[in-house]
Amino acid sequence: MAVDMRLPTVRKQISLSGSQSTDGKHLVVPGDVITSDTGFMRGHGTYMDDEKLTASVAGEVERVNKLICVRPLKTRFNGEVGDVVVGRITEVQQKRWKVETNSRLDSVLLLSSVNLPGGELRRRSAEDELAMRDYLQEGDLISAEVQSVFSDGALSLHTRSLKYGKLGQGVLVQVSPSLVKRQKTHFHNLPCGASIILGNNGYIWLYPTPGQQDEEAGGYYTSLEPVPLPDREVISRLRNCLLALAAHKVLLYDTSVLYCYESSLSHQMKDILKPEIMDEIVMETRQRLLEQEG
Amino acid sequence: MATVQVSEAEKVYVMHGVRDDLRVDGRGCEDYRHMEIETDVVSNTDGSAKVSLGHTDILVGIKAEIGKPRPMVPDEGYLEFFVDCSANATPEFEGRGGEELGVELSNTLYKVFNNRHSLDLRSLCICPGEHCWVLYVDVLLLQCDGNLFDAMSIAIKAALFNTRIPKVHISEDEEGVKEIELSDDPYDCMRLNVENVPCIVTLCKIAHRHVVDATLQEKACSVASLLISVTHKGMVTCVRKLGRGSLDPDSIFEMTETGKRVGKALHAPLMELLQKEESLGKKRQKVGFLA
Repeated sequence: MAVDMRLPTVRKQISLSGSQSTDGKHLVVPGDVITSDTGFMRGHGTYMDDEKLTASVAGEVERVNKLICVRPLKTRFNGEVGDVVVGRITEVQQKRWKVETNSRLDSVLLLSSVNLPGGELRRRSAEDELAMRDYLQEGDLISAEVQSVFSDGALSLHTRSLKYGKLGQGVLVQVSPSLVKRQKTHFHNLPCGASIILGNNGYIWLYPTPGQQDEEAGGYYTSLEPVPLPDREVISRLRNCLLALAAHKVLLYDTSVLYCYESSLSHQMKDILKPEIMDEIVMETRQRLLEQEG
Repeated sequence: MATVQVSEAEKVYVMHGVRDDLRVDGRGCEDYRHMEIETDVVSNTDGSAKVSLGHTDILVGIKAEIGKPRPMVPDEGYLEFFVDCSANATPEFEGRGGEELGVELSNTLYKVFNNRHSLDLRSLCICPGEHCWVLYVDVLLLQCDGNLFDAMSIAIKAALFNTRIPKVHISEDEEGVKEIELSDDPYDCMRLNVENVPCIVTLCKIAHRHVVDATLQEKACSVASLLISVTHKGMVTCVRKLGRGSLDPDSIFEMTETGKRVGKALHAPLMELLQKEESLGKKRQKVGFLA
C-alpha cells in the first residue's frame, strides 16, 4: 500500500524558452473594455457598457471585419457539423436517444440516423422502435458525428458509419473541449498499443486496439472478454498522461499524447499525476513538440 | 450522493482491472491517490484544515465554545459535527439536495469521533457539571470525487491537531460565584492530544476483491462497501457497512484485516506531515484556495 501526503504547493507557470508567449494575443477577462470605439459590432461574449464594448467571458478577442467576439477559454462544447463526439446516453425516448455530450443541451440521436444491426439499409419498423433499448441503453457510451445543429443549439448526431457506434471496454477521460485540437481524423491507433478517440467535445475514449471487426453486428456487439494486462497498463498510462497534459493546458492530438506517453515511460504509472512528476513529463513533452515544429 | 453513470462494458473493464490489481488510474488495490493537506487555512476558527484527495476537496473548521456538559457525563466536553454539502461540489446539492448526505455523514462522524477513546474529552472540561468546551466541527464538502469518509477523517484529525483552545482561569469570590476568565495572550492556549484520533478507511467491494480510496467511477461498480475507523495502534473503533449490496462474513473479515493494516499506516505519514508543517511555522507560504 502507498500513501503520499504532502503540503500543497503553489503551481508555477512553466515557461519554455522560445515558446510563443501571450504577447500576440488579445486576452480579456469579464469586465475588460475591449474598445470604446462605437464603430464595431457586438458579437458573442461581449456586451455594451456605457457605449463601450466590454467582455463578458474570459478569453481571446477575435475580430472579423467590424464584428468583435470573445472566444472563451473554458466553455461547454459548441458543436459544429462534422465534429466527432463521444457521448453518454441519458434517456431513451420515442424514436430518439438523448445523449450527454458536454454541450449546453443534451444532444439527440435519432433512430433513423443509426445503422441497425444487419448493416443493410431498411425502413425503421415499429419493432425496431420497441427494441431501441437493446441497442443503446442509459449509461452506454457512443461515438458519433454531429449531423446538424438545431436552432436552439442542441446537436443532432448520427452514427451512419462503421467507425461510429457503441463503445465497449475502455476508459473515458473528460477534459475541456478547447484542449482538443481539430484534425482530419480523430480516431488513432497509437503505436504504443492502444487506440484513442479524441472527441471534439473534450470526451476522450481510450480502448484496446481492436482486432478484426465483426461487421455483422453493426457495432452493437460489445466484447466482455477480459482485456489483457499489458493493454490495460498502456491505457492507464495514457489516461494519466492525458490528465497531466490537460492540467497544463497542452493541446491534445495524436503527437502530443504520444510524446507525453514516451516521456512518462521512466516513471511508474501511478506517479504520473503527482505534481512534480507531472511538471517534468509535460515540460519534456512541450520541448519535444517545439523541436518537432521548428 | 454525487454519482456518475457507468456503462456495462466500463463496469466490466473496472472489475477485471481490480482483479488484476491494476486500477483505471494505474494504482494497485491498496493505494491512495496523492493527498494534499494544509492546516490553519481559515483565520476565524480555532483550528482548520483543508484536504484534497484526487478531486475530493474538504475543508474542516473547528470552533470552541463554552457550554454546559451533558448531565450523564458532567466531567467531559463534547464535539458537535455538521457537514455542509456545498452546491459547488455538484449541482445535486443545491437547495436541500445535500441535506440527506450531510446528516448521514455527520451521524457517522459522531459514532467515530465523539467518544472518550478517540479524544480525551476530560481535557475539555472546565468546571465539572457547569462548564465545558464544546468543539463545533464544521465540515464543508467543496468537491466530491469519491472516498469522502477517509478524506473527512484525515481533515478532522488535522484540524484537531491544529486546534488551539484558549486557557481559562476560574476564580471564585466570597459568595461562591464562579467567574471564568479567558486568557488574553493568544499563545497561552491548550492543544488537544490527537494521538488516538482514528482515521476512517472505506473499502469498496468490487467483484471478488476490495479496493481502498475508490473513485466515483469505482464506487458505481461496487455494490457494498465497509467503513472502518482505525487508530494508530490498529484498534478498530467503528465498523459500518454502506451501500445496498450484501457482504459475506469471509469477505468482511478480509476487509477488516486490510482496513486495519491500511488504517494503521495512514497515521504515521499524517502526523509527520502535520509536525513538519508546524515546524516550518510562518516561513511557509500559505496556499489556501488558490492552488
